[in-house]
Amino acid sequence: MTRISMTVDGVRYDDDVEPRTLLVQHLRDRLGKVGTVVGCDTSNCGSCTVLLSGTSVKSCSVLAVQADGADVTTIEGLAGADGELHPVQTAFHEQHGLQCGFCTPGMIMASVDLLTENPDPTDEEIREGLEGNLCRCTGYQNIVRAVHAAAESMRTSVPSTPEGAEAAEGVTT
Amino acid sequence: MIPAAFDYTKAASVEDAVTALAAAGDDGKVLAGGQSLLPMLRLRLAAPAMLVDLGGLAELRGVHDDGDALRIGAMTTHDEVMRDPLVHEHAPLIAQAAETVGDRQIRHLGTFGGSLAHADPAGDLPGVALALDAVMSVVGPSGVRDVPASDFFVDYFTTALGPGDVLVSVRVPKLTGWSTHYEKFHQLAQSWSVVGVAAAVRRSNGSIAEARVALTNMGVTPVRARGVEEALTGAPATADAVADAAARALEGASPLTDGTASAEYRTQLAPVLTRRAVMAAGGV
Amino acid sequence: MTVTEQRPSGEVGRDRRRKEDARLITGRTSWTDNLSLPGMLHLAILRSPMAHARITGIDVTAARGAPGVVDVFTGPDIADLQGAMPCIWPVTEDTVLPVYPPLALDEVRHAGEPVAVVAARDRASALDALELIEVGYEPLPVVLDMEAALADGAPLVHEAAGTNRCYTWILDSAQAGTGGDVARAEAEAEVVVRRRFIQQRLIPAFMEPRSTVVDPTGDQITMWSSTQVPHVLRILLSLGTGMPEHKIRVIAPDVGGGFGGKLEVTPEEFIAFAAARRLHKPVKFTESRSEAMLSAHHGRDQVQDITVTARRDGTVTGMSAKLLANMGGYLGIIAPGIPILGAFMYGGIYKFPAYRFECTGVFTTTTKTDAYRGAGRPEATFALERIMDELAAELDMDPLELRRRNWIDSSEFPFTTAAGLTYDSGDYAAATARATELFGYDALRQEQAARRASGDPVQLGIGVSTYTEMCGLAPSRVLGQLRYAAGGWESAAVRVLPTGKVEVVTGTSPHGQGHETAWSQIVADQLGVGFDDVEVLHGDTRTSHKGLDTYGSRSLAVGGIALVNACQRVVEKALPVAAHLLEADPADLEFAEGAFRVKGAPGAATKTMADCAFAVFQSHDLPDGVESTLDADATYDPENFSYPHGTHLCAVEVDTETGMVKVRSYVAVDDVGRVINPLIVEGQVHGGVAQGIAQALFEEARYDEDGNLTTGTFVEYTIPSSADLPDIVTDRTETPAPGHPLGAKGVGEAGTIASTPAVVNAVVDALRPMGVTDVRMPCTPERVWSTIVAARAAGGEGR
Repeated sequence: MTRISMTVDGVRYDDDVEPRTLLVQHLRDRLGKVGTVVGCDTSNCGSCTVLLSGTSVKSCSVLAVQADGADVTTIEGLAGADGELHPVQTAFHEQHGLQCGFCTPGMIMASVDLLTENPDPTDEEIREGLEGNLCRCTGYQNIVRAVHAAAESMRTSVPSTPEGAEAAEGVTT
Repeated sequence: MIPAAFDYTKAASVEDAVTALAAAGDDGKVLAGGQSLLPMLRLRLAAPAMLVDLGGLAELRGVHDDGDALRIGAMTTHDEVMRDPLVHEHAPLIAQAAETVGDRQIRHLGTFGGSLAHADPAGDLPGVALALDAVMSVVGPSGVRDVPASDFFVDYFTTALGPGDVLVSVRVPKLTGWSTHYEKFHQLAQSWSVVGVAAAVRRSNGSIAEARVALTNMGVTPVRARGVEEALTGAPATADAVADAAARALEGASPLTDGTASAEYRTQLAPVLTRRAVMAAGGV
Repeated sequence: MTVTEQRPSGEVGRDRRRKEDARLITGRTSWTDNLSLPGMLHLAILRSPMAHARITGIDVTAARGAPGVVDVFTGPDIADLQGAMPCIWPVTEDTVLPVYPPLALDEVRHAGEPVAVVAARDRASALDALELIEVGYEPLPVVLDMEAALADGAPLVHEAAGTNRCYTWILDSAQAGTGGDVARAEAEAEVVVRRRFIQQRLIPAFMEPRSTVVDPTGDQITMWSSTQVPHVLRILLSLGTGMPEHKIRVIAPDVGGGFGGKLEVTPEEFIAFAAARRLHKPVKFTESRSEAMLSAHHGRDQVQDITVTARRDGTVTGMSAKLLANMGGYLGIIAPGIPILGAFMYGGIYKFPAYRFECTGVFTTTTKTDAYRGAGRPEATFALERIMDELAAELDMDPLELRRRNWIDSSEFPFTTAAGLTYDSGDYAAATARATELFGYDALRQEQAARRASGDPVQLGIGVSTYTEMCGLAPSRVLGQLRYAAGGWESAAVRVLPTGKVEVVTGTSPHGQGHETAWSQIVADQLGVGFDDVEVLHGDTRTSHKGLDTYGSRSLAVGGIALVNACQRVVEKALPVAAHLLEADPADLEFAEGAFRVKGAPGAATKTMADCAFAVFQSHDLPDGVESTLDADATYDPENFSYPHGTHLCAVEVDTETGMVKVRSYVAVDDVGRVINPLIVEGQVHGGVAQGIAQALFEEARYDEDGNLTTGTFVEYTIPSSADLPDIVTDRTETPAPGHPLGAKGVGEAGTIASTPAVVNAVVDALRPMGVTDVRMPCTPERVWSTIVAARAAGGEGR
C-alpha cells in the first residue's frame, strides 16, 4: 500500500492504495466518484477522461499513485458550487450532443480541455481535438455543434469585473 | 481490467531509479508517462514485479539549448515537445511527429523518451530520432553513455537499453533553416502508423542541398532511407526528381506483414509517402 | 393549482431538449456498474482460449485459496442451478436448437466461452484468482468458414446435431402466390447480373460494457442489468432457470447504448443469477471491453449470392437472394430470425415482380451472432442497392435513373410487394429530389468526369442508396407465422396524480433514444398537461410489469400508440368528472386545447385534467359509477409494420495510390413519418449513418485460423472517432403513416440501413473506369488498393 493525497473536485482525500490501482478505480471504487466511467482497456474510448492538474488525461491509463499530490477535476466537479452548469455541459444539452450518455462525461471533460487551449476552434480542430473520445450514438455531429456553441458562449459570457463586462460587450455587439 | 499486482517506487533521482531497476533485473520496468505501458498492464500482457516511476524527476523534463543541438529531457511530454519554441525553431520535425502521437489526453502524459524506449515499430518518434541523428543519453549501473539513434533501435520493441538503464535525455543536432515534414499514413485517427515518413530537406537555389529521410514501420526498427537521401542530394527541387528519389525508399527496408497491413502494401506505400513527405518538406 | 395551457399540437413536433440529459451531463447517472450493495461479491469469468475443445478437467484448488476469494465454481458445479440459454426464434420446424449452457459443461465452441467463475471480495482479487485456475483442453477441429462447415465430412460444432446446418428458410413469390417465378424471369431476361456480397462480421460495441448485479436477499431476486430487454430477461430467466417469474425483479437502470447488442439474454446474466443463489449474497459482474468484444454477440456475417434480372430498358423482372448466415457456436436469442427480418426487404422500394429468398443458418466455432442495428435489413438493403448500381453500370444508365424506373410511385400505395408486404405510404421521388438538390448531384458528376479525364490520382465517386424498412416490430400475428415465440405488442400506463402531475409507465426500455422526453411530449398534448409535469418510468419490472422493450425501431411506432390509447382512456375517464364539475352533460363536452369545455362555447368555463384529478382524489361527491381514479393502461398490437424510407447520397474521394477513401460529403433525406421531436430524430439519423459508414469503411471482426478473435480491443476493432467521419447533412420529407394515430414510422435503424451501400457504391463508382466492380467491406486502404491492382492486372484500365 502506498499513501497518496489527492484533491478531487475541491475535496482533499488521503488514502492508502495498492500501487496497481488505476486512477479511475480509485475515483469510482474508493471515492465514489462514479460519474467517471470506464469503457475500454486500451485507452481508446476516452470515457474516463478527467482533468489532472488542469489538463485532460485518461484516468484508466494513470495509476492512482502517479496522481499523488494532484488536483483532479471530474465531471461531478465541473458545475459551479451553486449547481450552475459549465457552458460545455449546457451546450451538450442544448445541441443534443449526447444520446446514451456513457461517453458524455469524458467527452465533456475533453471538450473543456480543448476549449481551454483553443477558445475558437474550427470544425476540423474540434474533430481532431476529440479524436481520443469515442461515441457510438451521435455520429459526433451534434458534439461538434455543442463544442462550437460552448466556445461561443464562453467567449461572449459576461465576466464579473466591470472592465471585463465592457470588453465582453465589445465582443457581442 | 486491472493490472496484476506489482511493487512501486517513485524515484527520487536518476541514480535512485538505476539502483531500483538494477535490483529488479528483468522484472523491473520504468514507468515514464505510462501511456503504452498501462494498457499492456491492464490487459495483463505485461506483469513486471517492480515499476520505477520517473514522474518525480523534474530534471528529466524540458527542452534545453545545448549549442549546436537541443537536449530534450526524456520525461518531456509529447504535448510539451510539440509546443516548445526551441523544437519549432531547430527541430520542427519532432513537433510535427509528436502532434500525430495518440490523442490530446495521451500527449499530455506520454513522454518523448518513453516513446523512444518503447521502440514500437509503428511509433512515430523513433523514425524521427533516426532521421535527425539523435543521440540518446543513457544512465545505467556502469555510468553514463551516449547511444546514437542508429544503434539504439535494435529489434522489434527492443532497444540498446539494458536492465538498470534509464534513458535520461536525447541530444538532437539542430537543423536550423531546414524544412521538414512527417507523413503519417493510417486509416483512422486513433490508429497507429501503417507507414510513416520523416523528411528534412535543406534547399538551396532551387535544388535540394541535403536531405534526411527515415521510415516508420518498414521493418522491426525504423529505417534510414539512405538511398533516397543520396538521390535527393543536389537534385533539382522538382516533382519528377523527388519522385525518382522516392522510388529508392525501399532500399534497406524489410517491411513485415502484421494485423494492420501486408508487407506488399507497405512496399507500395513507402515510395508514395516518401515522395509526398519530401515534396511537403521541400515545398515542391 | 396551476393550469398549464397547451395547444393540442403544442408539444409534438417541438425540438424539446431532453429530460434525460440533466443526469447524464453531470455524472449523476445510474449505470449498473455504479451500484454497490452491502456484502456484494465480485465475479470474474475465466474464458476459453480455445475455439473448440473438450474440457478434460478444471483444477480450481489454488484459486480457492487465493486472497479475497470466496468461491470458485465451474459449469458442472452449478449444472442444476444455471439453466440453459434460450433461443426464442426457431425459424423452421427443423431448426437445430443446440443445448447452450451459460457456463460450459464439457465442451467449448468459441473462444471466450465461460468455463469457470471466481467470486471474491473485490474485482482485482477475482481477476488475480482466474490466473490460478488450471483447465485441461483437448483441442477439437475449428470450423470457421460457412461453406466449409456445410461440406460433407466437415467437423461438427455440435456433434449431437449431426450437421452444421441450423436451418434453411425459403420465401418464393411464385409458391407464396405473391409474385412471379424467378427462374422464368431469368430465362426470359435480357440482362442478368450476379454478385456475391460479403457482410462482414461486426461488433455492436455499445460504449457501456455490460454489467449485472444480482441481489438474492429479500422475497424477490433482483437483477440490475445493462440490457435493452428487462421484460424479456425476466421471462427468460424464469423459463430458463425454473425460478418463478413473480419471484424475479429485473431493473435496467441507465443503459449506455445497445444497438441490438444488449437485446441478448446473456450467459453472464445467468451465471450471476446462479452465483447469487448459490452464495446467498449480492454479486456483481462487469465485463471488460475485451470480454465484451469476445462474448457479447456479433452482428451481420452473411454471404449473399444475389441475382437480378432485367430488361434492357432497366425494368427489373426478378430478384433472388441466396444467403449463408453465420450463427456462431450457439444460437443467440433471436439469431436465426435476423436474416429473415431482411428477407422481406430485398425488393426495397421497387416493383420487382418475381422474388426468391433462401437462407441457410450455419454453426461455426465463433462468437454467436444476433441483432445489430437494422438486423437483417441493412444486409438486404446493401445487397439490393449494390446490385442496382451494378445493373445500372451494365445498362450504362445513371444509377438514379434506374431506380426511378423501378420504384413504386407515390400514387400506387398501398402496394403489396412480391415478398408479401403491403407498404402503406411513401414518396420516393420527393425524398430523392430533395437529396439530389442538397447534394449537388449534377455538379459532382461533372467534377467526377473532369477528374477522370485528367487522370487525377484522387478519383471522385458518387454513391446512391434508397431504402425502405419494415419498422415497428411487430404485428404479433406475423410474428406467430414466422415462428417467433413472443408477441410484438407494447404497453403503456398513465397515472394522473392528485395534483395533476402525470406518471407514465412504458414497456419500452430506452438506452439513449430519449423516450422520457418524447413520451412526455406525447402525453402533454394528449392530456393538456405541461411537458415538465410528466414523469416517464421504465426499465423496472416492479413499476413496469408489462412490456416487450426496445429494438427494431418499435418503441414509438408501437409503444407510442399504446401510450396514446392509454391517454385517450384517461380522457374518457375524466369526462364524467369534468361534466360533473361543469354541471354539464358529458355528451355536450369536448376535450380541446388541454381542457374540457362545452362544445361550441368559446370563453365558457373549462376544467383541466388537474381539476378532474383532484376531484377524483377527493371523491367527495363523484357521480354514481365514477371510479376514484384517472389511471388507465393500454396495450397495442400493430396490424402492419411501418415503412420509413429515404434516399442517401455519398461522395467519396479515393486516393488511387494508397487506396485511402475519404468521405467528402454525405446527404441523408429520410421520411420517418410525423416527427415527435426533430432534434432526437436528427440525432438518430446521425448515429445510424455513422455506424453504417463504419461498416462500409472501418469495422470488421476477424478471426485467425485457430478461431481466435484478432480484433479483441478497440485498437484492432476500429470504430471511428470524430476525426474520421464527415459532416452529415440531413433533411426530411414527411408522408404520415396512415393508420398510426401519431403518423410516426420509426427512425432508430434508418441511417444504418441506408448509409453502408451509399458509401460502397461511391467507392466502386470512383474506381469503375479502372475495371473495379466491387470492393469488399470494409473498404480499408489496403483492400481498395489491392482491388485496384487486381483490376489493372485483369486489364480493366481504360476499358
